[in-house]
Amino acid sequence: MTFSEWLDFFLPYVPGFLHASWLVLVITVLVILVSWVCGLLVALGKASQIGVIRQASNFYIWFIRGTPALIQIFIVYFGLPQLGLGLSPFVAGVLALGINSGAYVAEIIRSGLSAIPKGQVESSLALGMSRVETLRRIVLPQVVRIILPSVTNEAISTLKNTSLLSTITVVELTLYAQTIIATTFRPFEFYAATAVIYLIMTTMLSQVAAVLERHNARYV
Amino acid sequence: MAAAPEPLLRIRELRKNFGAHEVLKGISLDVHAGEVVSVIGASGSGKSTFLRCINVMEMPNAGFLDFEDAHFDFAEGSRSRPSEAQLRALRARIGMVFQSYNLWPHMTVLENVIEAPMRVLGRPRAEAVATAESLLERIGLADKRGAYPSRLSGGQQQRVAIARALAMKPRLMLFDEVTSALDPELVGEVLALMASLAQEGMTMLLVTHEIGFAREVSTRTVFFDQGLIAEDGPPREVLRRPKSERLQQFLKRVLHEHVADEVAGGAQP
Ligand SMILES: Nc1ncnc2c1ncn2[C@@H]1O[C@H](COP(=O)(O)OP(=O)(O)OP(=O)(O)O)[C@@H](O)[C@H]1O
Ligand SMILES: [Mg+2]
Repeated sequence: MTFSEWLDFFLPYVPGFLHASWLVLVITVLVILVSWVCGLLVALGKASQIGVIRQASNFYIWFIRGTPALIQIFIVYFGLPQLGLGLSPFVAGVLALGINSGAYVAEIIRSGLSAIPKGQVESSLALGMSRVETLRRIVLPQVVRIILPSVTNEAISTLKNTSLLSTITVVELTLYAQTIIATTFRPFEFYAATAVIYLIMTTMLSQVAAVLERHNARYV
Repeated sequence: MAAAPEPLLRIRELRKNFGAHEVLKGISLDVHAGEVVSVIGASGSGKSTFLRCINVMEMPNAGFLDFEDAHFDFAEGSRSRPSEAQLRALRARIGMVFQSYNLWPHMTVLENVIEAPMRVLGRPRAEAVATAESLLERIGLADKRGAYPSRLSGGQQQRVAIARALAMKPRLMLFDEVTSALDPELVGEVLALMASLAQEGMTMLLVTHEIGFAREVSTRTVFFDQGLIAEDGPPREVLRRPKSERLQQFLKRVLHEHVADEVAGGAQP
């Protein structure tokens, strides 16, 4: 294939790819939001005084980390309607991936919080600072720096996991590529192109994180 | 003769237990403005717990505490148990320095020192910075104002921690073995700062294993033994002529360790 033949071959699919990539980004952002809500709740739950809440949080983390994401997606999309809760593929997918990622986010938050020496909180309280001020001024700025690399990794996993939603008819990048391949019979070219697009998106994510990390590395 | 002035801090029958373990068994102590009280005693005798009860980092289980206009009754169900706001007000007027410095590593030296005056006392930034700068000048670290704590030696960090507490203009300072984590050659600079504070009339309560320092600097020494104050008096008497067998043994042990340290330290000046 010459370059212009190659261009002619791909060009018609460019808008479709762009649209599907956009959808991947939208899903990723929504999943991250859901996962942080779940993650914060579960991290708090694990530190709770109340035994039942602590056990529920531990169960959630144990279940999510011990089962494949694909099965979790199937439970939400195919399983819940049986209990009377039918969700659109998009909503089911965002929920399932968010709940999945939330377990990992909870662990990230917990490890970040436990990395702050207790004495720093004590010295803040001993000066008359309130618990909220102590959390906001002393604890969180350090936790953010500590967990940033894990948060980036989790966001990248989330972005890649969106391709699992192709199995429940969300026309994101992977399913879009499959539909083209079904008509063109060119799996190598289109899966390669799809991989490149995923790579561009994940690389951008880690670049953003690298910039933030450098900004945060002043005091070590 | 004038009536004796009210003590700055009055503690009565203070008790603290952790579960079934009673650590403080009824401590009573008056501290007057300008007094420098050294607290000595064996490990586990409750010295740190006592200090932490004074600014209520630990909530006592019973007893009374008066500090300036604050009056607390810690008895279960008492109506004068401290509220969150009262606790903060109390802590704002009592400085505390820990063995492990506990500076905030993500803030510069200056930021560490101005944080609480700005947040807790609502001082404008310019004023907080001016106070901090004169304190840093005083502790000889003016040139480190922009440095992060990880760049400082232990002795420098501990001096900044003292400056951070002083920036709140406290009426009382609590020191809990503040030189114990330091390399021997860095102990002197911190003790010198504390001695100069004492000289200026700062009211201080200090837990220390530095018997020599307690003797030189404090106006009064109390000996903790198993959750009670067993001896209380001028350092020369308490340390030179201990009444109880327990204190005699304690002093013998501490002084012996001290000598052993100096021998091990060998080349130290
Ligand atoms: N938060 C806590 N929970 C349970 N027990 C505690 C707690 N803090 C202190 N204790 C116990 O209370 C006792 C007194 O401890 P404290 O730290 O007050 O002693 P100390 O006189 O300061 O000793 P050291 O010289 O070793 O610092 C110890 O037996 C200790 O184990
Ligand atoms: Mg102690």
